Amino acid sequence: MNIVRSHVLVCGGTGCTSSNSPEIIKQFNKELDKRGLSDEVKVIQTGCFGLCALGPIVIVYPEGSFYSMVKPEDVEEIVEEHILKGRIVKRLLYEGDLKEAKVATSLNDTNFYKKQKRIALRNCGVIDPENIDEYIANDGYQALAKVLTQMTPEEVIDTITASGLRGRGGAGFPTGRKWAFAAKEDNPVKYVCCNADEGDPGAFMDRSLLEGDPHSIIEAMAIAGYAIGAHQGYVYVRAEYPIAVKRLQIAIRQAREYGFLGEDIFGTGFNFDLDVRLGAGAFVCGEETALMRSIEGHRGEPRPRPPFPAVKGLFDKPTILNNVETYANVPWIINNGPEAFASIGTEKSKGTKVFALGGKITNTGLVEIPMGTTLREVIEEIGGGVPNGKKFKAAQTGGPSGGCIPESLIDTPMDFESLAAVGSIMGSGGLIVMDEDNCMVDIAKFFLQFTVDESCGKCTPCRIGMRRLLELVDKITSGNGTLEDIELTEQLCYHIKENSLCGLGQTAPNPVLSTLQHFRDEYIAHVVDKRCPAGVCKNLLRYQILAEKCIGCTSCARVCPVGAISGEVKKPHTIDTSKCIKCGACMEKCKFGAIVKN
Amino acid sequence: MPNLKTKVPFRGTKEQEKELVDFIRSMGDDKGAVMPILQKAQEIYGYLPEEVQIIIAEMTGVPLSEIYGIASFYAQFTLNPKGKYQISVCLGTACYVKGAGDILDKICEMVGCEAGSITDDGLFSIDATRCIGACGLAPVLTINENVYGRLDIAQAEHIIKGYLDKAKEN
Repeated sequence: MNIVRSHVLVCGGTGCTSSNSPEIIKQFNKELDKRGLSDEVKVIQTGCFGLCALGPIVIVYPEGSFYSMVKPEDVEEIVEEHILKGRIVKRLLYEGDLKEAKVATSLNDTNFYKKQKRIALRNCGVIDPENIDEYIANDGYQALAKVLTQMTPEEVIDTITASGLRGRGGAGFPTGRKWAFAAKEDNPVKYVCCNADEGDPGAFMDRSLLEGDPHSIIEAMAIAGYAIGAHQGYVYVRAEYPIAVKRLQIAIRQAREYGFLGEDIFGTGFNFDLDVRLGAGAFVCGEETALMRSIEGHRGEPRPRPPFPAVKGLFDKPTILNNVETYANVPWIINNGPEAFASIGTEKSKGTKVFALGGKITNTGLVEIPMGTTLREVIEEIGGGVPNGKKFKAAQTGGPSGGCIPESLIDTPMDFESLAAVGSIMGSGGLIVMDEDNCMVDIAKFFLQFTVDESCGKCTPCRIGMRRLLELVDKITSGNGTLEDIELTEQLCYHIKENSLCGLGQTAPNPVLSTLQHFRDEYIAHVVDKRCPAGVCKNLLRYQILAEKCIGCTSCARVCPVGAISGEVKKPHTIDTSKCIKCGACMEKCKFGAIVKN
Repeated sequence: MPNLKTKVPFRGTKEQEKELVDFIRSMGDDKGAVMPILQKAQEIYGYLPEEVQIIIAEMTGVPLSEIYGIASFYAQFTLNPKGKYQISVCLGTACYVKGAGDILDKICEMVGCEAGSITDDGLFSIDATRCIGACGLAPVLTINENVYGRLDIAQAEHIIKGYLDKAKEN
């Protein structure tokens, strides 16, 4: 292996790839080649660094200079100035809150990274995910070796149990206990499955893990196979994640070549192999029994439990299914000991959790924080607050199965119990921030539309109940609702929760219930005052011209598609609300801020 | 999901059929092969018309009703052809709270077809997709392989206009 004097890390995650990072890599190689530096400097495509809002991201080592929003045309300058002449290109540096220091800083000094603790994401953005040697150099496959040569399956399960690791896919079931159930079954054929069918719209940590560190998932699944006595595993991954699928397949091939998968691993006589199965876009397939039906090649419909998959799962054999992030923690726990993991987090929620920060927040991206960090710390310190001077209104966690946390509860610690106590859930880790411009009834409706679309149709409460629920909420947002409708909505929510077959239906009313709990006044404004306080629900909007600001330029009247605006030149105009279709064209056109909606 | 039978006639070729048949044979008696086969078939033909479902049913021995059941269950499978320009607007939560709904409405209006359908000339199809995992770029739309992020309505309008003009020229 050549010794190189400098490494250039370019993010190859989905966000940065979409904003042209492959072209940046090409440019780097071209510019380095032109200057004869190809042997001295190595360009590496890594996984996600987490700070997606500022992508594409480039880090140059040994200095550790963090360049953000790099364009292909900036590459020449970085090569010429930084790599050739040793002068850091300050113009492109991410300074964040360190503006005054004006120096090339280590990542860990910025607020975005300071409060984070990267266990699951430990290798993301650090190694080349398509090169197994880099994973091995970072202690990769050491945990598998330790497990196979020094530990019994029982010891492995005890270690995981002692760490307090709980499922990161949403429900938070203790991982060690799940493994123990499957290990107990006496059956020569068992399966280990990985749920990479990340369905929560707004969560993308599983994708980033598979793209940035696929070997950690492979290693963890082999460890799980040894612990429960399985020899075959399946990774069920969304077909919508092509980069993740490709890197996972490359990683599996490399692991086979190195003898970490296949027969007689490390000469211990243990056999284990992995296959990838592509999901085809069905949210319900995140439910374990539905996911297994789908791997078997059927419609992904759930079935009643028990029997639990640990007893009768894939192809009717004992099966364990864990989420990607859960697996990513496993090698770390084996290498560092269960005590190290259990020392992080709260009493009942151990370790860290990755959240996908999105919506109205400055630093959108992936963050990994110790359990128990407060929502305020995540939003204000790590996330950099709500942009454009707007006011924080609520944070939504858990996606279509979760709920909204209002500003008054912003000091809630982020752990399984505390989130449940305020009417939301941890879920898979989507964290969408909303500001004063978002209508909470509209958000509830958005999630209902999602779950109505994604209901598999097998059980009645979910198939029909959710549709009726959506109709009720739609009636409220269109201004035709009554106070009784709000009551009825609430009752129907409880019926659906109590009577649905699987987790999808049992949690689908949560977005409505939690907004009713924390933002009931908004629902009431919609039905009593026929007003949408955030100005989102179209049917309840009224556009109005402020006479004192209108100079009578007539441009609004000319742009109005239905002729609802009238008035004399140079005199204030008026809008005929009976004709107005609320398209907003007039407001866009007005240069004087004279048109408001309320 | 509107899954009305398409007006565009089936134009499968012998070569496409051979590729599919070879793939099905290569799967052998693998348990759970139907999904990979449907995925391959869609890759070959671009969609899953009745003619293709019949080939799969006859070769695998799985009843056609069941094949149809699977093909219509998963959002990724489409029974209708896609346009030459496939527009997908992400309606994931992060994109939605940043105004993706209005962008979708605008695009539908400009192109002249609903989300989930194709224009009569077969040039454009529009889909409202679930999260594509690029939430850092929200709101996002994709046209074929190209990704456009951090959009507002005016930018989306500009992008679509570019494609409409391009389509007109050809």
